[in-house]
Amino acid sequence: MFLRNLGLLINATMTYTPPLLLAALGSCFSERSGVINIGIEGMMTIGAFVGASMALTCGNPWIAFLVGGLAGALFGLLHAIACVSCQADQTISGTAINFLAPGLAVFMSKAIYDGSSDTPAIDISMKLPKVFDGIFPVGSFWNNVLSNYSVAYLSLILVAVIWFVFYKTKFGMRLRAVGEAPEACDTLGINVYRIRYICVILSGFLSGLGGAYITLATVNQFRPIIVVGQGFMAIAAVIFGKFKPQGALLACLLFGFCNGVKVLATSSNAVSPNLISMIPYIVTILALVLFVGTARVPAANGKPFQKAK
Amino acid sequence: MKKKLVSVLLACTMAFALAACGGAEEPAAPAEEATEAPADDAEAPAEDAEAPAEDAAEAPAADYSEIKVGMVTDTGGVNDGSFNQSSWEGLQRAADELGIQVQYLESKTDADYKSNLETFIDEEYDLIISVGFQLADATKAAAEANPDQKFAIIDDASIELPNVTCLMFKQAQASYLVGYVAGLTTESNTVGFVLGMGTPVMHEFGYGYCAGVLDANPDAKILQQNANAFDQPAVGKNAATTMVTDGADIIFHAAGGTGLGVIEGCKENGIWAIGVDKDQSPDGPETILTSAMKRVDNASYEAAKAVCEGTLQSGVITYDLAAGGVDIAPTTTNLSDDVIKAVEEVKAKIVSGEVVVPETQADFEAAHGDVYELD
Repeated sequence: MFLRNLGLLINATMTYTPPLLLAALGSCFSERSGVINIGIEGMMTIGAFVGASMALTCGNPWIAFLVGGLAGALFGLLHAIACVSCQADQTISGTAINFLAPGLAVFMSKAIYDGSSDTPAIDISMKLPKVFDGIFPVGSFWNNVLSNYSVAYLSLILVAVIWFVFYKTKFGMRLRAVGEAPEACDTLGINVYRIRYICVILSGFLSGLGGAYITLATVNQFRPIIVVGQGFMAIAAVIFGKFKPQGALLACLLFGFCNGVKVLATSSNAVSPNLISMIPYIVTILALVLFVGTARVPAANGKPFQKAK
Repeated sequence: MKKKLVSVLLACTMAFALAACGGAEEPAAPAEEATEAPADDAEAPAEDAEAPAEDAAEAPAADYSEIKVGMVTDTGGVNDGSFNQSSWEGLQRAADELGIQVQYLESKTDADYKSNLETFIDEEYDLIISVGFQLADATKAAAEANPDQKFAIIDDASIELPNVTCLMFKQAQASYLVGYVAGLTTESNTVGFVLGMGTPVMHEFGYGYCAGVLDANPDAKILQQNANAFDQPAVGKNAATTMVTDGADIIFHAAGGTGLGVIEGCKENGIWAIGVDKDQSPDGPETILTSAMKRVDNASYEAAKAVCEGTLQSGVITYDLAAGGVDIAPTTTNLSDDVIKAVEEVKAKIVSGEVVVPETQADFEAAHGDVYELD
């Protein structure tokens, strides 16, 4: 019984966490370089739609996954143009993207798929492949624990890679410096605009990947409701994780775990399912209230930088 | 200057986004079939010669092009592979065969029901079909406020107004049939049931299914889970994984969009899934064992037709197995011959009244004990 529950909890955690984590890693890039990105949610939604739509068109999940990321990156570019080049209010630009991107996704879906805001189902052969699929018996502990989508593992590896980039490379140091003191960086000859552009576009790309993961792995079609709230959960995870990739990982795992608990708890029907559905949100609020005080926001986060003339 | 430019740009993007959101209000599909009406005309004279008696009935068919029927989906959306889609298919058939104008509006959240209904009322539709009991409150309010507007609602019998027709289905009978199939087919003697929401109408699926499973296979164990949402495929998928882990080899879902996740979970784990409301076989020909069909399409079609002919009655219309309102899916490629035969026999018994399918907690528990846990 214990092994069963443990296996199912890990399984459900690994179902929920990867899209959240990809988006949170994207958010880390943007925030650490000094640009607030509220538009993660919208970027995920467009990634989810484009991912599903590409898989239906070309049949290759990896290409679809990457193109989903690129769609997110496009909105990242939009955000960067507004916030970095034009020094617009970053929150307003992000909010605009949260209106624009899901609206565009639904609009395109209606245009392409006979006026329906949902795409048709993607065949299982066109979904992202699973690792260790068919090696362990169905329903066994190891199958539940290990038979995850390859991208789920990739997202975990990506945490290490991004940690390395942040703390062990010249680019990472400059990125963090730009988020703290852009004027100082500018006097030292660092191109603040260029670094912020790269980071904001990367944040869009990773968010787009997170969205595409939902439609290409978690489920098999795009629906307007499919992302709802996960972009904001990712932002919460970054703040909760103190703007560090490794912190974001822990936060995302916690949120994923809560959702796992939710599913396990409803299967007994002992507690009202309405109460159980609140668990992830309560944990988020508690986590923010209890931990946000100790998180240090990058000093220049949210402040537009204008190069001295 | 730059700042101004940006604010203008942002304003444009927002306006565009709003316009896109408003897309739901726009004619979503060119289903008017204006070209269809002349085709009917062309056929009419030919039939005139053969059946002059039907002349009167045939002739006004061309005039139905002014009749407008709209449907409002619940949050499952029109592509839910379930009753919203089925209802829309019925209306599309009505558009093809009767030449009427049909239209749908999708509800993304519960808050959209009221505004979607009002959109149709403002556009003076002849009949507005609310798909699902979730729209009951909004429909009742709209019907009270607009006594001249005709409404029909699917799966709800609570509205007693002269301008509302309630279309009810004996979903317990269809669920009983698929439960019977599951009971006969399971090899692990364990089957699963995923419920979309704990309401009386939804529980009828559960009672019928459990009764069918137990009548076919008294030793079978029935795993049950209430996903408490019609629009959370991820939850449905995890529910399926949980049941697979506990040994289920067939899972029946009555959970709309959440059910797509259930089917996905069954697909990935290589077990059978049973679809609901319509023949869901296209969603997974290798995975869908059978489906509990609710002919919402027939009910929508007939309601639209009745509006055309001016014969739409208010009150409750019930569609059952005998009347072809509910049934088991016509796709039987995954069923063994013995099972098909057994199902035909039990179907005849239900129609003749020999087998009575329980629909309420009291009836079910009197026959099978407290096996159904979700009520």
